[in-house]
Amino acid sequence: MNSMLERLSKEFRVTDITERHPGLTTLTADKDVAETLLRELRDREGYTHLNFMTAIDYIERGVFTLVYMLHNYATKSTLSVHVNIDRVNAEMTSIHTLWAQAWTYQRELRELWGINFPGSPRVEEDFCLEGWEEIPPMRREFDTVEYCERTFTSREGRGTVNPREHMAEIIFPNRGGDK
Amino acid sequence: MIKSLSTDATLANAGLSAEEQDLFSNARPTAYEPYSIKAVEDFANWCRANSLWILAFGTGCGAIELRPLMTARFDANRIGVAGRPTPRQASVFIIGGYSSVKTLKRIVRSYEQMQGPKFVIALGICPVNGGMYWDSYNTIKRLDQYIPVDLYITGCMPRPEVLVAGALELKKMIKEGRCDGANRYVENFDWYKANQKKVIKKWDMPDYNW
Repeated sequence: MNSMLERLSKEFRVTDITERHPGLTTLTADKDVAETLLRELRDREGYTHLNFMTAIDYIERGVFTLVYMLHNYATKSTLSVHVNIDRVNAEMTSIHTLWAQAWTYQRELRELWGINFPGSPRVEEDFCLEGWEEIPPMRREFDTVEYCERTFTSREGRGTVNPREHMAEIIFPNRGGDK
Repeated sequence: MIKSLSTDATLANAGLSAEEQDLFSNARPTAYEPYSIKAVEDFANWCRANSLWILAFGTGCGAIELRPLMTARFDANRIGVAGRPTPRQASVFIIGGYSSVKTLKRIVRSYEQMQGPKFVIALGICPVNGGMYWDSYNTIKRLDQYIPVDLYITGCMPRPEVLVAGALELKKMIKEGRCDGANRYVENFDWYKANQKKVIKKWDMPDYNW
């Protein structure tokens, strides 16, 4: 494991290698070597299974972090490959040639985050949303509550309580809360 | 016994392409008019109340409650509830919890394809006021804005006992002739259509499917 990570950091300029807990290691790769790195991991290091891929919106840094979660059945270890891509005109190499199921994830990422994957099958089609006209809803500048109030009708009489006070006063009245 | 509210007004079927427009009816829905003899209508309502055929259409997490409802423990068959695979044969539509906009489109289509008399049960808190999805970008908050609802069963999630109680309550309502949701849909058809088209942006189906 360690020798593999050393070799990867040398050959692929992989950074931020962190062991989160036994069996899960994260690392960050550059955008241009990511596909080669994933192919190397799949074909030579035994990470044959793509658990999932998703994106994280770091709006403060102006990047999306794509997360490729790979699993090695022989060593029972999971490797999380992070790739930072630019938030403006977000685009990434498609990996549907490596794992065929990735095209579904890429279609979802295109619709919910607005990340394009040129060449991925059916990536232009609607996935969860049909006829969406706003900015992609999982981007953090999208104001969900404002959109919801504008689009859907609310019913009168819906209330809200503070969970801490509600528990102290109603559910556990004799315990005096944590005061 | 079937009376048309507006015979000359036709629907535009604007969502369809030119070659598809002729394939679908452009007639508006018609309201149900009760039998003129009260005893006959009461007998018809008694028959309807004792054969509640629910549409096997799981629209949310609540659909999981329909399986134990039908099996041996709760055995909804003893009160006349049975599942049907197609909207043409079903008379009760149970909305099993939250409904996303994409599902709402299928709900509207299925509801309109059901033959009258038809009844809608909204299960769980989500069709009432949004429930835990009150701030979701893709989940409607109030189902009664889009299709008429006859009976609400609230809870998150309601157990099958409550569904049985709801079915019994619906039977009582049908026998008393209080379930007029389908007629409300006909009378306020334009209002319902406007609400539906406000959230269903990709409207590629006929305005009234039956």
